[in-house]
Amino acid sequence: MYSQDNTATKLTWHKACHVNDIPEDGGGCALINGKQIAIFNFSRRGEWFATDNQCPHRQQMAVSRGMIGSHEGEPKVACPFHKKTFSLQTGKCLNDDNYAINTFPVMVEENLIYIGIGK
Amino acid sequence: MYSITNTRIVVAGNGMVGYKFCEKLLSRKKNDQVFQITVFGEEPREAYDRVHLSEFFAGKSADDLSLASKEWYQENGIKLLLSDPVVDIDREQKCVRSHHGHVVYYDYLILATGSGAFVPSIPGVEKDGVFVYRTIEDLEMIRSHAARAKKGAVLGGGLLGLEAAKALLDLGLQEAHVVEFASRLMPRQIDEAGSRTLKNQLESLGLQIHLGKSTQEITGGDCLEGMQFTDGSLLVVDMLVISAGIRPRDELAKIAGLETHPRGGIIVNNQLQTSDPAIFAIGECALAHHMIYGLIAPGYEMAEVVATRIAGGEKEFLPYDMSTKLKLIGTDVASFGDPFIEEPACKTIRFENKAKGIYKRVNISEDGKTLLGGILVGDASQYNMLLQTFKNKTILPPDPEDLILGSRGGEEAGAGVMGFPDDALICSCEAVTKGMLCHEIGENGHHTVDALKKCCKAGTGCGGCVPMVKDIIAGVMKQKGVYVRNVVCEHFNYTRQELLDLVKMAGLKTYGTVLDEFGHGDGCEVCKPLVASVLASLWNESILQKDRAPIQDSNDRYLANIQKGGTYSVVPRIPGGEITPEKLIVIGQVAYKYGLYTKITGGQRIDMFGAHLGDLPSIWEELIEAGFESGHAYGKSLRTVKSCVGSTWCRFGVQDSVSFAIEVEDRYKGLRSPHKLKSAVSGCIRECAEAQSKDFGIIATEKGWNLYVCGNGGSKPQHAQLLATDVDKEMCIRLIDRFLMFYIKTADPLARTATWLNKMEGGMSYLRAVIVEDSLGIAADLERDIQQLIDVYQCEWKEVVRNPELRKRFTHFVNTPEKDPSVTFDTMREQKKAKEWV
Repeated sequence: MYSQDNTATKLTWHKACHVNDIPEDGGGCALINGKQIAIFNFSRRGEWFATDNQCPHRQQMAVSRGMIGSHEGEPKVACPFHKKTFSLQTGKCLNDDNYAINTFPVMVEENLIYIGIGK
Repeated sequence: MYSITNTRIVVAGNGMVGYKFCEKLLSRKKNDQVFQITVFGEEPREAYDRVHLSEFFAGKSADDLSLASKEWYQENGIKLLLSDPVVDIDREQKCVRSHHGHVVYYDYLILATGSGAFVPSIPGVEKDGVFVYRTIEDLEMIRSHAARAKKGAVLGGGLLGLEAAKALLDLGLQEAHVVEFASRLMPRQIDEAGSRTLKNQLESLGLQIHLGKSTQEITGGDCLEGMQFTDGSLLVVDMLVISAGIRPRDELAKIAGLETHPRGGIIVNNQLQTSDPAIFAIGECALAHHMIYGLIAPGYEMAEVVATRIAGGEKEFLPYDMSTKLKLIGTDVASFGDPFIEEPACKTIRFENKAKGIYKRVNISEDGKTLLGGILVGDASQYNMLLQTFKNKTILPPDPEDLILGSRGGEEAGAGVMGFPDDALICSCEAVTKGMLCHEIGENGHHTVDALKKCCKAGTGCGGCVPMVKDIIAGVMKQKGVYVRNVVCEHFNYTRQELLDLVKMAGLKTYGTVLDEFGHGDGCEVCKPLVASVLASLWNESILQKDRAPIQDSNDRYLANIQKGGTYSVVPRIPGGEITPEKLIVIGQVAYKYGLYTKITGGQRIDMFGAHLGDLPSIWEELIEAGFESGHAYGKSLRTVKSCVGSTWCRFGVQDSVSFAIEVEDRYKGLRSPHKLKSAVSGCIRECAEAQSKDFGIIATEKGWNLYVCGNGGSKPQHAQLLATDVDKEMCIRLIDRFLMFYIKTADPLARTATWLNKMEGGMSYLRAVIVEDSLGIAADLERDIQQLIDVYQCEWKEVVRNPELRKRFTHFVNTPEKDPSVTFDTMREQKKAKEWV
């Protein structure tokens, strides 16, 4: 089991998909309770991340289709529309202070991926 | 107390300058000013673009040429009276009376009555079939007469006359003649030698040119039948367009007792006031600084001067530089400064290349230090540089012939700009000198055009100086001995070219291994697509296999173009723009079935918008079934090879451009490169496929094909340059092979071929040496490498459609087959369109 969540908020874990559904060093989008969540399999770092699928810049549902990478060590994703890049750890936009996205904890258990969403 | 001044302004004349005056006046108006503007126009329509009148025959409509609509005048509170010229001015009462009897009072009267065609008093000018070339109505009459005419002539070989002659060609007359009284064409702009060069060029396009011909009589009954010249010869024609110069329309000014010049023109001072200070004259009716300014730019400047003054500002009309550069039926013609000054008042350098149809002349001051003027025919690429050198009175290099020849044996051009003194004005819009630029580049570390635009605004106005700014950057960096390495990003400390060589030698085929071997960190959205492009350019394997799918840029990732709203557009390849009715029907059926918006692209293909990610494989399955392939509209790769219909149908075509375009498109389809590649093939010199605006363009000649390279449209349009002349198909393909592979191997990421060439040391002559003369001895390698890529081409979509693993990735959600519920559309003209950005 892997979890990057270390806050004390009360989380509900939602099953999202199988690990094979998300390409290595790529992303995919899961529909959870009517909400679109982008899930990233950062296999190069051996880490999983989850964020909003919607980019706040132009309200486009496409963050999961973006390229991931790092900026001075900080993992990030670039929205495919206008290349706003967001930290996968904090959700902060790294090239425009006006924007941020939500991030969610990810848990992997028996090759299934769970997303933790607060109450 | 708050006061509003109400000023009554009457404008007599609704041509380009009269219209520009209204526009400028509205923009200069201050909040406490009210202008009550009345415009009288003689013509029946709103102001239109007279400069581009001849495009009326190349398919433009009167609407296309229109400068302003009826609504524009209404919205701005301008009273517009058309077909109603001013016929009288009462200067005591300060009012005008129009043809229809309208009487309007003015505080200021602006005469913008323009000019009419000058018709020499030759017996017979009144006959049917004789026209002038001035208004849309004139053109409509010419067009309807041309439908029944076979042989046409233009009287007058000046700028307008040659435009009119082009119109006759466009109208499809069997013979088009130009008759000029002077011993040369364009006598106001170019000299005898320039005229000879221009004449040869125009004759090769089918015009027949008669110089030094004085017309005695226009023969015929009611209808003209020919032109009788004083030398006894006769030219049989059934239509004649007179374009022998302009005559300022000063008759109204004369009636009103304003001062006019005996040879025409309303005399004005530096403020453009006539002899009555309440009356101004602007445009071609005005005689300022002892001359009539028969170009649009000074006319607009006059409009600006008067508008500024009436709105309370200060501005004078100064003697205006009449330097011009234009393209006449495909031939560059430019003149600047004093083109005609002769020895011993100056030293003249002339260059002539008859084979290529190029003539250049520069006039240098006696002391050899400054440029006084010059003429360029056939190749005006140095015009901007020469004009700046002339205007800035820049001290010339010791070998001033380099100005028009380029320096031979050494480095090209660069010396030109770096030879300028520090106070030479480079960007005249923002008043930035060479010294300021050198300081910003050398001392403050602004090494790019963008950085310079930010720090000193150079190049932000008209942009005409940007090429010189680039030269200065290169020059300063070179002086400092700095080799500018354009490294990829924080993860790869290499240039694209270095990385390509390394990856090739190591034989790497995945992003992971490239990053392990030559980079560090986790990569990013800059290096991933760059490596993806390098891998594709080296091996041409499927871009979605191995670890390559998630490193592709937004569009390549799903082999389609992501559009507003998150749906995709689909462009099947239609080589050369040729398509059968059956295939057209399939496109229609697919678009109908999947509810797609359809539009014809600029590249002669059909784009289908609004496809859900999950529908892409099924859409392509149907297209592939019908024989379509991927059009790579999403890739930095060959897009389309546009063609005109060529000799199979066109009566002018000299070669089969469509077949060649299809051959070229099929050869290079799927070829991935640093940036997109566009091409075109034209079947004759008329160049309907616009090949000279492409990365590589081919134009048919009587003897073979001319190959042009490194052009592009887009935000910084640049014409392609001639690489090879009259080559056969096989040679043409070999040269393109070498050219494309050399570009792929050496260009910076996301640099189009034009940008690549602009940065190349040695420029076009170096490129020609490498590609045509094989100066580096790499031609065989380049040909072999590109052949390998061509040999392994596969349609990417065919592969996805047949591979369930790849196909599975084309869904919006990983945990449900649902489509993205957030996707919604608006409707427009019976089709869908994307919802506006929120």
